[in-house]
Amino acid sequence: MNRTSKGILLAILWLALLTMPYWMRAVGGYTELATRVLVLGLAAMSVNFLLGFTGVLSMGHAAYFGLGAYAVGMTIKYLVPSTGLGIVAAVVAGTLAGALIGALIVKLRGIYFAMVTIAFGQVFYFIAFRWRSVTGGDDGLTGWHRMPIDLGFTRLDILQNDKAYYYVVLAIFALAAGAMTLLLRSPFGRTLLAIRENETRARFLGIPIELHIWIAFVISCFFASLAGALYGLLNNFTDPRALHWTLSGNFVIMAVLGGMRSFWGPLVGAAIFVVLQDYVSSQTQNWMFFIGIFFVLIVLFFPRGVLGLFKGKTA
Amino acid sequence: MTQLVLFNAFNGLIVGAFYALMALGLSLIINLTSVINFAHGGFLALGAYIAYMLIPHVGFWGALLIAPPITALLGLVVERVLIRHCYGRDPLYSLLLTFGLTYVFEDATRYTWGAQSLPFHVPDWLMSPLTPSLFFLTGYRLFMVVLVAIAVLGLFYVLNRTRLGMRIRAGTLDLEMVSVLGVNVRILRNLNFGLGIYLAGLAGVLAAGLLGLQPTIGDSLIMPSFVAIIVGGIGSLTGTLLGGLLIGVVSGITTIFFPSASEAIIYVMMALVLLVRPRGLLGEEGMKL
Repeated sequence: MNRTSKGILLAILWLALLTMPYWMRAVGGYTELATRVLVLGLAAMSVNFLLGFTGVLSMGHAAYFGLGAYAVGMTIKYLVPSTGLGIVAAVVAGTLAGALIGALIVKLRGIYFAMVTIAFGQVFYFIAFRWRSVTGGDDGLTGWHRMPIDLGFTRLDILQNDKAYYYVVLAIFALAAGAMTLLLRSPFGRTLLAIRENETRARFLGIPIELHIWIAFVISCFFASLAGALYGLLNNFTDPRALHWTLSGNFVIMAVLGGMRSFWGPLVGAAIFVVLQDYVSSQTQNWMFFIGIFFVLIVLFFPRGVLGLFKGKTA
Repeated sequence: MTQLVLFNAFNGLIVGAFYALMALGLSLIINLTSVINFAHGGFLALGAYIAYMLIPHVGFWGALLIAPPITALLGLVVERVLIRHCYGRDPLYSLLLTFGLTYVFEDATRYTWGAQSLPFHVPDWLMSPLTPSLFFLTGYRLFMVVLVAIAVLGLFYVLNRTRLGMRIRAGTLDLEMVSVLGVNVRILRNLNFGLGIYLAGLAGVLAAGLLGLQPTIGDSLIMPSFVAIIVGGIGSLTGTLLGGLLIGVVSGITTIFFPSASEAIIYVMMALVLLVRPRGLLGEEGMKL
């Protein structure tokens, strides 16, 4: 694919994102669904930062996602009623947790990396589940909502106006996507690709593999907790399901469905997954069954994802 | 106090025996094929429900005998139809496939048998305490520990003394070489998967007698099984067994002093093991991580 056609596709993508709340209704959706696509898309992109560009599979990213959602809710509920500070607290909490757990697991690879990430994710689930007085336990953290953002010259009423919240999320999403692109184009990002392609060779070139994987893991957790914070704010609520390992699996399937070798793949995957899940769960109670079949079909017949189809054999 | 500690340690041992039984099956499959079978919990639930269906016809003992092989048979089919397509590919795909299967299994059991808990009848004489002073020592609990012990001994016998077992162990080390030596690897992987699922089915029947029957019965056992494998040591079945029992007992004893941490403690243990000895307690040196 040459430069011009890439530019045109990117322009179309951003145009679609900018107008999503308006055309979502036409395809049977609603503004909240559009916001959910962006938020879960960001989470899937954070997973893909590791999976697609570093070559390690984290099956436990719901932990950092959910931690972000809880941190933003708890900050607004118990500390300061400010959306901005809540997001900051969420990102700090998620990144710190990622740094700590990342240090324990960087030596593992492949399926063991996946297994340990998913198991550690459960710690946060049980804390949220058991620490009822603070987290609300199984019922979730209620009694808070996102606060209007005061920009000095104007006030964004993101609580009452869900389109306004969509555009705030889109702005944050754009910043995050830009940051991720820059990171991947930097020498650091290129080194990650080298590790993905051939770890042994990269090691012989003198690259400190463990350090690079750790940094990539922490960066990925940063974006995952940011997405989690936005998710908590979207629902004005959060519960232990935002931390559960099934959500981690959903992030990975979004990345694979969209195409894990491409930067925008996870967003495309998230859009398909979110809309499909919304549709199936409105049609039948047994939506889990169909989502499960969907997983199996993707693995068997569609392993390279939607964007993988366009890239041809070189991908 | 002593009695309380004993009670909880014994309780932990029973739970640990479940973890071990689950984890041994998972470990078998991982070691030979590098497939993490997320659907293991789903197979466990299936084993329990099959036993539930069989009890009115063949009684508890009959169900205990027949349900695990039926579950294993289903495992053989699932391996043949779905999982074999993942061999030799990025492990990501087998993970996602079995992940999808957990959704399918859970929803299918809920659809067929309902979401509510079903009664699971165990013979009365098994449910009464053995002695009044050790009230917690019901026959069923003791029986479970004994049965798990027999199952584990049987498994090690199969692995060490039969041709199939030796081939499985050889395949764990070098599957390609085993194939070159004329062993049909497709059948080997299939039977190995079935063996793992047999253990899951057995754990399911036993767990149903203790915890009652509901579609999510496998959910609470699958994560600790992962922890058991990591703690015990990658590639070592003895380690997996030890890991399962250890985390069970530690979690049981934690219940006395700090009940709300009884689940989280096993993950702390895993963190400690990874910190001090990343390959696990009995993990072999140079094992490919």
